[in-house]
Amino acid sequence: MSNLSRRKLISTGLAATAGVAGLGVAARLAQKYGLVPPDHAGIYGLGETLTYASQRLLTSHSLAREFSPSQISKPPFANEMAPANDAFKRLQAGGFDDWSLSINGMVDRPTTFSLAELKSYPSRSQITMVQCEEGWSYIAEWIGVPLSHLLGLVGVHSQAKYVVYFSIQPDWWESIDMADALHPQTFLTYGMNGNELPVGNGGPLRLRLPRQLGYKSVKFITRLTVTDSLKAFGKGLGSASPEGGYAWYAGI
Amino acid sequence: MARLESVRQPLGTRVPSSVSSVPITTVTSRHSALVRVTHWITTLCFLALLVSGIEIVISHPRFYWGETGNVLTTPFFKLPIPSSRALVPTGYSYVLPDQNGWSRYLHFQAAWVLVLTGLLYIISILFTGHLRKNLLPRQADLSLRAFSAAIANHLRFKRPSEAEVWSYNLLQRLTYLFVIFVLFPLVIWTGLAMSPAFVSAFPLTVTSLGGQQSARTIHFFVSVALVLFLIVHVIMIFLAGFWTRVRAMITGRAANAPMERT
Repeated sequence: MSNLSRRKLISTGLAATAGVAGLGVAARLAQKYGLVPPDHAGIYGLGETLTYASQRLLTSHSLAREFSPSQISKPPFANEMAPANDAFKRLQAGGFDDWSLSINGMVDRPTTFSLAELKSYPSRSQITMVQCEEGWSYIAEWIGVPLSHLLGLVGVHSQAKYVVYFSIQPDWWESIDMADALHPQTFLTYGMNGNELPVGNGGPLRLRLPRQLGYKSVKFITRLTVTDSLKAFGKGLGSASPEGGYAWYAGI
Repeated sequence: MARLESVRQPLGTRVPSSVSSVPITTVTSRHSALVRVTHWITTLCFLALLVSGIEIVISHPRFYWGETGNVLTTPFFKLPIPSSRALVPTGYSYVLPDQNGWSRYLHFQAAWVLVLTGLLYIISILFTGHLRKNLLPRQADLSLRAFSAAIANHLRFKRPSEAEVWSYNLLQRLTYLFVIFVLFPLVIWTGLAMSPAFVSAFPLTVTSLGGQQSARTIHFFVSVALVLFLIVHVIMIFLAGFWTRVRAMITGRAANAPMERT
């Protein structure tokens, strides 16, 4: 009887020790391979880390579903948004001729691209779904230049881990890891359904990221920063979303 | 002892050290520690998923069929509730506060804990024989007569039989099997089918359901079915003796029938 319970005690103890040690090793490995999201602290860190890590391992090279032209949503849908600020209105008055995108941070050649320059690069299009965390969705054709093309032009440093992108609207910025930044479907889009990208859908320049929910596809992009750490941006949670209570990673 | 052999073996026969001094006819185990722990973790996760799920639905209480749906699309149906988004036409003059941030964080965290707990439960009931002994219908119950008798007993609110102190009756077994092997897998599947990153790697998970909005609609109906199960489950516990059953699920102990049932 005492033999049995001692054996049980020892095996339970060993299992518990192995479990704790295993968790420690798992955490260190996750950190090493970039599987820990910037908003991992706090009570929801466990779920966020499991989601981000598992989806990163499963989906790093997978392509978002693309649809046929007949599946494009009609009429096109544009979500509600905050009123445009003065900087946007000035550029809009000039037909967005002076709109530009600057790329800086851990790059060899920090560059400012005009909208016309962006349109001069080989354009790509994708018919993908915009899916909002609220539950609604629509399908549209998105036309633009792959972000990987621009990152190739400016020369990204090998230690870079994230791309932070900013809207002309205040307090509207997001970031993605390099797997998403270099993904072939991550575009800077200036066209939609064969036309110019309407302001209501983020025109003149929107970052499209079809493997994550709509709120990661920030509208009115003017600036990108390549970095190896997100600590210096805002509150260090990765983007404006976690500061407003929403998850940084929105693949689900 | 002979009486019990057809149903569940009391814990005492397997771990003599813990109950060897206690007469087996007075107190023994109704639920194993694993069943009890996974039951309560599942309960907590389910309640968290329910509350957060309701909060998320409030931001767009409209349901569609197919791939896409938005306020410009004709809905499959609408819930007659106010929304937390001004854009959604609800017929209410006010807009509820946005709770989606923490609701989504909580929903996915609870889903992870529930899925991992469920995996642990399924693997262990396969190995301990709980599935075969207590969940799969007994040979004797596999007849229309046994089935109708079980339903008739339930409709008459007949008190549980002696054997049910130790194990589950036929309707319980079928219901639990349905919840464990149909409803929970379906709700996980339809949940994953709404994830744009997950379906990029496994597109069949969503195309087989008819589209992303169909997955969302099915997710809603399966959740409703799970809530109905919860309601019936709690009612049955009240009918069978609330404290006896809840205590059994907490401590594992079920006092033997004749003494407790008076």
